[in-house]
Amino acid sequence: MTKVLVVDDSNSIRDMVSFTLKSAGYETAEAKDGQDGLNKAKSAAFDLVISDVNMPNMDGIELCQELRKLPNFKFTPILMLTTESSGDMKMRGKAAGATGWLVKPFNPEKLLATIKRVVR
Amino acid sequence: MSVDLSQFIPSFLEESFEGLELMESSLLNLEQGDDETINSIFRAAHSIKGGAGTFGFNGVTEFTHLVETLLDEMRDGRRSIEQNDVEILLESVDCMRLLIEAIRDETECDSNKINETSILLEHTLAFDDNATSDTDTNTNVDENSANDTADALSKWQITFIPEHHLVQTGNDPLFLFNALADLGELILVANCKELPALNDIDAEELYLSWQLTLSTKASETDIREVFEWVEDECQLTVTKEETTDKVASEESEAMVETSNEPIINEPVNSKPEPQISSAIAADKNSSIPVPEKAAANKAKNDLGSIRVGVDKVDSLINLVGELVITQSMLSELGNDFDLSKVEKLNSGLEELLQNTKELQESVMRIRMLPISFAFNRFPRLVHDLSKKTGKEIELVLKGEQTELDKTVMEQIGDPLVHLVRNAVDHGIEPAEARIAAGKSQKGTITLNAYHQGGSIVIEINDDGGGINRQAVFDKALEKGIVDENTTLTDTQVFDLIFEPGFSTAKELSDISGRGVGMDVVKKNIQSLGGRIQVESEPGVGSTFRVNLPLTLAILDGQLVRVGSEIYIIPLITIVESLQPQKDLINRVSGDMVLYRLREDNVPVIPIYSLFNIASEFKDVESSLLVVVEDDGQKIGLMVDDLLAQQQVVIKSLNDNYQQVEGISGATILGDGSVAMILDISGIISMAHKKSEMVQKHKNNMQFKATQQISEGASF
Amino acid sequence: MDIQMLAEEIPVEGEHSLEGIDFITSGEQYLAFLLGEEQYAIDILCVEEIRSWENPTQIPNSPNYIKGAINMRGIIVPIVDLRMKFNIGEATYTDTTVVIVLTVETTDKTRTIGFVVDAVSDVLNVDKSEIKPAPAFGGCVPQSYLEGLVNAGDNVVTILNVKALQAVEPHQLS
Repeated sequence: MTKVLVVDDSNSIRDMVSFTLKSAGYETAEAKDGQDGLNKAKSAAFDLVISDVNMPNMDGIELCQELRKLPNFKFTPILMLTTESSGDMKMRGKAAGATGWLVKPFNPEKLLATIKRVVR
Repeated sequence: MSVDLSQFIPSFLEESFEGLELMESSLLNLEQGDDETINSIFRAAHSIKGGAGTFGFNGVTEFTHLVETLLDEMRDGRRSIEQNDVEILLESVDCMRLLIEAIRDETECDSNKINETSILLEHTLAFDDNATSDTDTNTNVDENSANDTADALSKWQITFIPEHHLVQTGNDPLFLFNALADLGELILVANCKELPALNDIDAEELYLSWQLTLSTKASETDIREVFEWVEDECQLTVTKEETTDKVASEESEAMVETSNEPIINEPVNSKPEPQISSAIAADKNSSIPVPEKAAANKAKNDLGSIRVGVDKVDSLINLVGELVITQSMLSELGNDFDLSKVEKLNSGLEELLQNTKELQESVMRIRMLPISFAFNRFPRLVHDLSKKTGKEIELVLKGEQTELDKTVMEQIGDPLVHLVRNAVDHGIEPAEARIAAGKSQKGTITLNAYHQGGSIVIEINDDGGGINRQAVFDKALEKGIVDENTTLTDTQVFDLIFEPGFSTAKELSDISGRGVGMDVVKKNIQSLGGRIQVESEPGVGSTFRVNLPLTLAILDGQLVRVGSEIYIIPLITIVESLQPQKDLINRVSGDMVLYRLREDNVPVIPIYSLFNIASEFKDVESSLLVVVEDDGQKIGLMVDDLLAQQQVVIKSLNDNYQQVEGISGATILGDGSVAMILDISGIISMAHKKSEMVQKHKNNMQFKATQQISEGASF
Repeated sequence: MDIQMLAEEIPVEGEHSLEGIDFITSGEQYLAFLLGEEQYAIDILCVEEIRSWENPTQIPNSPNYIKGAINMRGIIVPIVDLRMKFNIGEATYTDTTVVIVLTVETTDKTRTIGFVVDAVSDVLNVDKSEIKPAPAFGGCVPQSYLEGLVNAGDNVVTILNVKALQAVEPHQLS
């Protein structure tokens, strides 16, 4: 069972991403901000992390940096959910160690197709 | 497989409304250099934009994008926080609210205001050269596929040479190839040339490269997209086999760029100047006309939803559990019943009563919400009104956690708004007048809510000039409501402002509006089973006090019989029930009967007469008297018999019939029959009117009698 | 598959007919009832229920033709005696006296009201074209309540406008 950690401060976005993933057979866990996400990551193993960038209590970029410090998460795919697809965003993400990004507004079919690049 | 996300729309809408409230209250409290607040405002806008985009609510997305951009500049420090900008942002929040309401109500939105504000935002953004004009709003990665239209099956040769540390980004070629394989048939050949000797291998490095052959109908863009995330960390060539013309331009480019150039790049400076000023001038007074209709439509089918704390739900579950136990106990008792078990039956029924009562209270509490939901629109309202009238006004909110029924709260909003507007408009004096009177320049309006007995009390107080008694009296005189000789107490004079068509303002002011007078406020409050009073002191201020029942649904009542009809008197209104003593009965001015109850002379009201029905006893001496009180006034209701006291569920007469004077509603008794619930204040009015009519008639009679015409009417 | 077409193909009489089933052919259906000796009818879609007469609870100071209110599955339903309202025949309450409960939706409200009639008769299938305008003069029933007249066999049936019926007049002290 592929496990995905979904991190976003918006309830509805979190619910939707989770729902989409679950309906495709993934197992999901949710966190409402970076700190919450980090805590959850420390206590369980995940095959993929999908995280929003703009969140209180630790944003997505910082979360990514912190995750990469954890031995379990050194090679785990981390995808940033962002509305900005500018080069700036890519750079910041990569610098933090992100695997890739997903552009919002998020399209469920696209989400499922895209994560195939990094998980089963 | 298509995923249907429409089930999430209601929760997105709810979340958005909360976000807008947060934005508004944060904007009102924004100070310079307050990073956390500006960030939270940004995030709220960002979330709304993101969600809207997911569902395709493009109007919202486009507008919110502008708002977000402005907020982004502010939080980055590229723009300082100017009051003017805050005002624009507040306007923007209004617009966003309109847009989202339109989605919720499935109606069209007033585009004038939206357009106006959009232009304002763009204008503002344009004025700062530090502002980087934002790129795209809704671009999806695949909008640029102009160059290839391959939907015929083609064969592609792909060379993929990743850098050694690729896996450290979390990317794994295996999965990339899986994704590629989803596009068609894939053949791989791995190149192991770079692989060092076993000893020298670093487990965290990637030494392989690949030659891939893909047969697919997909376009080149689609293929390259798979490698989107690793394009900077690899060498990638994608070549179509049949044609050779594209090869030269595409091949051996180390950095492959996704041609993701935004098509719309300059919303900012392109609007010509004159348009802005004319647009702003044109609709200066366009307030918010649209939601009226939508709200009306929505109100018809408004089910809405309630957020309930888990603790309330848990308590419900426990109580239901107890109910189930009691039920099964009673059921068992009934299995083999004989008279010896009567006592057990009684105690079981007693249990049942307890359970039902607690369950009922628990359920009621679910519908109770803190009044802060109704109060939270006022900071913004007062802020806007304060600007509009040029009066400096401070709003103080107290008792925001006081709970009341959701339905009551929804309906009390508009009357409260009117009262607050009234306080700003007529209550608080202009600055000069205040200073002349020795008051502080800033006026204060206080909203306070608290529980009292079985009701909730909401007070709207202003420290303004108070109500001008003489002006009110004069106006009433003018309208013929009173004549010169009428003597009224202060309270009675102030109550006149609730008469229809009453307004002492020389011109109907813009903010208090026309057509929505105090009489409508009073009517609305009364239809909720409440009442409103006003107290005022000249030069000091005024207080409007609204009393509302905590719940609308249930009533503790005293059943009484008049003739063959059964009526219900709300227990809360009953002072005393008694058998009248002959010597305490006094007749006054002909046909008014008074009963001496301790110090009070209580007027006796024969219900049979007011309701025109048959009665067993027509005289006070033989009847029973139920003394009730409403609004400080006591009356004695004459009834034939007192029956049980019980809790009844209030059913509306209005729904299918209409408001009946003297009756506040109906209920269904244990035997299934309908019984009417008395409205005490209505009965008092009816009695007044009746006695006035009697008086007038008597005067007529006397007059006509002198002219020798007999009337003989009876009533 | 067009139900109308189907309905038309099935014989109404004869050995292959289907008995006891009403097919909706064209036009609309009306419930006919008696007020005194006269036949009236209303749109059947508005009919919620037909009840036998039971004594309602009086509503104070209501017009005499408003008999009171009853409990219908927890809802308070006012009862209007049409014979009194239109002054037709005698308002007696016997075993055959019936209350037709109508539910009507207007723009702002949905109302449920019960109407006392002498008896219920048939369900009529009436095509819109068969409805003739009622004469403008005479008659006990005010024009505003009339939708028109239709011939049913030997009888003339007056079709009443349900929306007009359920509009409640402002309360007056009697």
